[in-house]
Amino acid sequence: MSAVESDLRAFIAENFMYGGDAAALPTDRSLIDEGLIDSTGVLELVSFLEEKFGLVIGDEEIVPANLDSIAAIVAFVDGKHARVAA
Amino acid sequence: MNALAPAARSPDLSLLALDEAAEIARLAATIRTGVTQTLKRRGAVLGLSGGIDSTVTAALCVAALGANRVVGVLMPECDSDPDSLRLGRAAAEALGIETVLEDIGPALDAAGCYQRRDAFIRATVPDYGPDWKCKIVLGDGAGGFAISYLVVESPTGERSQHRMSADAYRGIIAAANMKQRTRKQLEYFHADRLGYAVAGTPNRLEYDQGFFVKNGDGAADFKPIAHLYKTQVYALAQHFDLPAEIRSRPPTTDTWSLPQSQEEFYFSAPYQVMDVCLFALENGLTAAIAAERAGLTEEQVETVWRDIAAKRKATRYLHEAPLLF
Repeated sequence: MSAVESDLRAFIAENFMYGGDAAALPTDRSLIDEGLIDSTGVLELVSFLEEKFGLVIGDEEIVPANLDSIAAIVAFVDGKHARVAA
Repeated sequence: MNALAPAARSPDLSLLALDEAAEIARLAATIRTGVTQTLKRRGAVLGLSGGIDSTVTAALCVAALGANRVVGVLMPECDSDPDSLRLGRAAAEALGIETVLEDIGPALDAAGCYQRRDAFIRATVPDYGPDWKCKIVLGDGAGGFAISYLVVESPTGERSQHRMSADAYRGIIAAANMKQRTRKQLEYFHADRLGYAVAGTPNRLEYDQGFFVKNGDGAADFKPIAHLYKTQVYALAQHFDLPAEIRSRPPTTDTWSLPQSQEEFYFSAPYQVMDVCLFALENGLTAAIAAERAGLTEEQVETVWRDIAAKRKATRYLHEAPLLF
């Protein structure tokens, strides 16, 4: 598990699962469909990603394709980092 | 209407038709029994906002209890549209009920409502000051997440829209909720001094979707229109022949210093469309039928249904009674 995924799972467990175990959450499971985040949760998630990983996330990037599963978020963060590094 | 625009055609509201006279008679009898026999109260108090819901609720209370047993409380604050007070008075005059004017601005100011809100706004817009205006709006949801944005207007009239942090959003909403809770406190003051019950004014869409403040406008001793779709509330208003200006006034939250419609803030579509989609969902109609009646595509109906389900889930705790252990 990458450091990004580890940090992300810890954040989800603490903030959206109220101390529950995020380790068992499948990477491709929809966080919305799972009832873990709502529209306010999306704002929390975006703030976390910006602060934890030093990202600037545009409004147009706040879409399910980037943020609705652990796999999508990890790919999104890795992609942002890769573009900054390039 | 956010991600659903443009609607193909106007919604067909015939699904929501009801026998207004019979419903009014039924509700009058139920309110009378409920207030006097169950609650053991001799009348009803309610906040009058000049909107359709509170005016129809007042009219039903008058039909049930008599005009001399209904008191309307007018509660403007610093951000209120002056029309709310004017139309609230017009409603009371049309119904022949007593009103009490309670300017809650000083109480909110003393409790720090405006200062707290503005401090959270400044976390996003550092220049924001007392002479600025604001509101919260839903994003267009086109990408799939309908998150809220802060809209501010400077004293020179420049308007801008900003994404907020979750902390700022929650803080702004928490401060705004003080308005509804302050109003409810005053409604109960008058109810207690008179031995009356407090009437709540949510319609079915608002109640179902959690569009109320817990222990604020969500608090009441009885809620006589919580089973009625907003379209049906308008139909009762027509039957009661309530003032035309109230019947034609677009639904508003009247909570923010900038004008704001309910669909800008909370609902994904105009109330007529939401009513038809909610009715279809609750009565097991197919998306195809709902689409035809709502004037939407099937895909748009599915979007509205997902939004309804998401809001039910997100606001479930608002309906929960305190947990007892």
